[in-house]
Amino acid sequence: MSAELFNDRQAGGLHILGPVDQIPVGEGRAYGVAGEQVAVFRLRDGSLRAVSAVCPHKGGPIADGTIDRTVVMCPLHQHAFELETGCSTTGAGPLRSYPVFADESQNIIVRLP
Amino acid sequence: MTALASRSGRSTPGDTRRRLVVIGNGMAGARAVEEILARGGAVQHRITMFGDEPYGNYNRIMLSHVLSGEEDAGGIFLNSLDWYRENDITLHAGVRVDKIDRFAKLVFSDDGRATPYDVLIIATGSRSFMPPVEGLYTPGGRLLPGVFAFRTIDDTRGMVSYAQQDHRRRAVVIGGGLLGLEAARGLQSHGVDVDVVHSGRHLMNAQMGPDGGAVLRRSVEALGIRVHTSSRTTAILGGDRVRGVQLRDAPDIECDMVVVAAGIRPNVEVAVTSGLPVERAILVDDHMRVPDEDEIYAVGECVQHRGEVYGLVAPLWEQAAVLADHVTGANPKATYLGSRTATKLKVAGVDVASMGLQAPERDTDEHVVFSEPSRGVFKSIVIRDSKIVGATLLGDSRKVAYLTQAFDRGLPLPEERVSLLFDLGGPDEEAGVAELDGDAQVCNCNGVSKQAIADTVRGGCTTLSGVMDATRAGKGCGSCKLLVRQVVEWAADGAVEEDPAAAYYVPGVPLDKAALMAAIREQGLRSVSAVFAALAPGGAEDSKSKMGLASLLKMMWAGEYIDERDARFVNDRVHANIQRDGTFSVVPQMKGGVTSPEQLRRIADVADKYNIPMVKLTGGQRIDLLGVPKEDLPKVWADLDMPSGYAYGKSFRTVKTCVGQEFCRFGTGDSTKLGIEIESRFQGIESPAKLKLAVSGCPRNCAESLVKDVGVVAVDGGRWEIYVGGAAGAHIRKGDLLATVDDPETVKLLAGRFMQYYRERANWLERTYSFVPRVGIEHLRAVIVDDAEGLGAQLDAAMQESVDAYVDPWAERNDPFTPGQFRTSLPLEVLPQVPVR
Repeated sequence: MSAELFNDRQAGGLHILGPVDQIPVGEGRAYGVAGEQVAVFRLRDGSLRAVSAVCPHKGGPIADGTIDRTVVMCPLHQHAFELETGCSTTGAGPLRSYPVFADESQNIIVRLP
Repeated sequence: MTALASRSGRSTPGDTRRRLVVIGNGMAGARAVEEILARGGAVQHRITMFGDEPYGNYNRIMLSHVLSGEEDAGGIFLNSLDWYRENDITLHAGVRVDKIDRFAKLVFSDDGRATPYDVLIIATGSRSFMPPVEGLYTPGGRLLPGVFAFRTIDDTRGMVSYAQQDHRRRAVVIGGGLLGLEAARGLQSHGVDVDVVHSGRHLMNAQMGPDGGAVLRRSVEALGIRVHTSSRTTAILGGDRVRGVQLRDAPDIECDMVVVAAGIRPNVEVAVTSGLPVERAILVDDHMRVPDEDEIYAVGECVQHRGEVYGLVAPLWEQAAVLADHVTGANPKATYLGSRTATKLKVAGVDVASMGLQAPERDTDEHVVFSEPSRGVFKSIVIRDSKIVGATLLGDSRKVAYLTQAFDRGLPLPEERVSLLFDLGGPDEEAGVAELDGDAQVCNCNGVSKQAIADTVRGGCTTLSGVMDATRAGKGCGSCKLLVRQVVEWAADGAVEEDPAAAYYVPGVPLDKAALMAAIREQGLRSVSAVFAALAPGGAEDSKSKMGLASLLKMMWAGEYIDERDARFVNDRVHANIQRDGTFSVVPQMKGGVTSPEQLRRIADVADKYNIPMVKLTGGQRIDLLGVPKEDLPKVWADLDMPSGYAYGKSFRTVKTCVGQEFCRFGTGDSTKLGIEIESRFQGIESPAKLKLAVSGCPRNCAESLVKDVGVVAVDGGRWEIYVGGAAGAHIRKGDLLATVDDPETVKLLAGRFMQYYRERANWLERTYSFVPRVGIEHLRAVIVDDAEGLGAQLDAAMQESVDAYVDPWAERNDPFTPGQFRTSLPLEVLPQVPVR
């Protein structure tokens, strides 16, 4: 996935959000990226996930949610969303999911469509 | 014909079984056959069924759920085609029977078939009544496009696909009874604007009186459904398709579709054509036999028994059982004497139960009425000679099980009539279940008695879903599910196995609390991730389990706990309470609710400086600063320079106090001082759910100590009463007296010991108002006051360890625990949405 993302850099869809260390392991942080609100999570295995930061149910802050390997739970009403796809497992509308990874210098790179 | 050929092919030449033919494959016909099969009828009978609709048989009651989209049409079938095959029943679906030749014992169907019978059951049901309205039909005799009846799966599917077309914005439902209101609500879920036109003076006039109807109307209108009562539809406007309806004495209503729900009429054509006795419906005797016909029975909505025609499902079950007793000879003495009808359903989201009379009829009838229209609650009971002869309940049907039974059986009633309407400290619902008679009907849709459920449980089926599958209880409208669960729990004597996960402390680790704690201690697991790695299936983390595990580990290990911030809920990560708009509320500590001018000044300055949108007193005698953005939290805390008041986590929160003997003329103890001491000692202690405390200086209880998790009351003679398990929130409960002690030190000791016992034994999120009744106050007194199990010292020591490990979480303000701990999670959100007053 990362090679493909890099090839895409010229298309201007890639954004550098700064060091991975900004996000504690197991938590999420929100970023404003090109007018979008994106929540980036750092899983306990070190990998990253990125989804839209606002819960479609009642506008809850997704980056404040509790995560495990597969889902994030919105802190307001406990709606859960798959971190890979953004799909809700509890019947809410979906979040958008974004390709995200860390580059060689441990910077977070996210691609917006 | 092929079916005849195949049937004769299936029947062995020596098959001497009687030929049983059933006309009608709806709820009554299929139920009658089920009852016959249950009595071993398949040995005696070769069964053939005719159904007008091209389907197996389905639960017509659920059509409103199909309309609203809550249920898939496939999900409402009661018996699959396999069921017919397995029971060797020949089903002719989509075939209508036109005539019966009673002398030749043949039925003729519209596919040209003549089917011989030895025993015949007529279960033709009923159809929608189409009132005489101009323009209802096209010249060709079909319903005008856009007009629907609401009776069959096809009707329902037609309505859904019509309503889902974008330009269909508005519908009129003719009929404000049960079905009409269900149709209206269902159509709304497709984004259609709905008017209900009802010829009666009030909604559901068959089930309730004008006062109940008025309350119901308010609830229905609150859903956005317009209601026109005393209003008759005189014409459907349009010509080629529906464009509106014309009303008598009222302006026309423009609309794109019309649903006719103006009642039902029994289907009696085949009986009339065949010369059977028909008045309003097909006549039957107490054996469900058609008079003067030895081998013809009828059942369901198409029959008239002792002058009554029923349009509800419960009588049909009773009829089917009697019919089967006679057809199979299982009980030749069985008689059907009519049904006392009680309905209990959800109409357009409103609980409705009604039975017997709607209003008093005689001067001596008593009428007990409670009405609270703003909440949509209405309760009315008619009593004659100390027996219930009628009742209507709207919006709150908790007492319906008892009332139905009292109505059915004429039980003696309590002197205090108001207790018929409300639970006034009487037996709780579970005790109520124990008191129900065995033959009391629990599921009114499927006619399942308490006894039937109990027998199933005692037969070894101890899961709720298993009992529901086996008895079909709760599988009709579903409104009785809670009662079904209670009966299962009662019958299983607490040994319900419903869902193994229900016993787990947290869903992601398959262990109950005691086993989990033992495993954690044994393996020395000090962090949430270590617990998952060691004890969860596949070592998988589970987001739903994290907060409960973090709380448990902190309680167990106190200072030795390895704190992983991702295991905390956001409130516990930032030590403030998240609000609906993603901002937080900040509540500084005010021990015992006591503050000072200096503190107040500082709070006021902070509120000004950070533009706090709302400053509010909490129920626990603290000051709440609402609408603080996350990134401002450290600055707000720094400027307040007060410790956290714990208004967020699952933890010890506050001690509410009165002024007690310091100022109050009546105060007998220094409640303020004791409240402050308790709060100082136990501040921030984690627990399975929040803990709210109070100390009152005299039995006047100004601090509301009787409804707290732990409440203390000073009584005369310098003594103190300790209450536990009280609540005045979602649940209301007066606490149980744990002990009366002589001095404040003992209060602190026993309160701490109780809290520690609760921390160790309660389920995650189980408040003390559930925990105390569950373990029992006598047990708690024995363990905590009398130290009967020798746990006292251990509990006291564990609590002391937690007390010693206390650190004010707001101290993190100058040294965030994790990077970006207080960074906003809604970067582009500008204004808080919490209202500014």
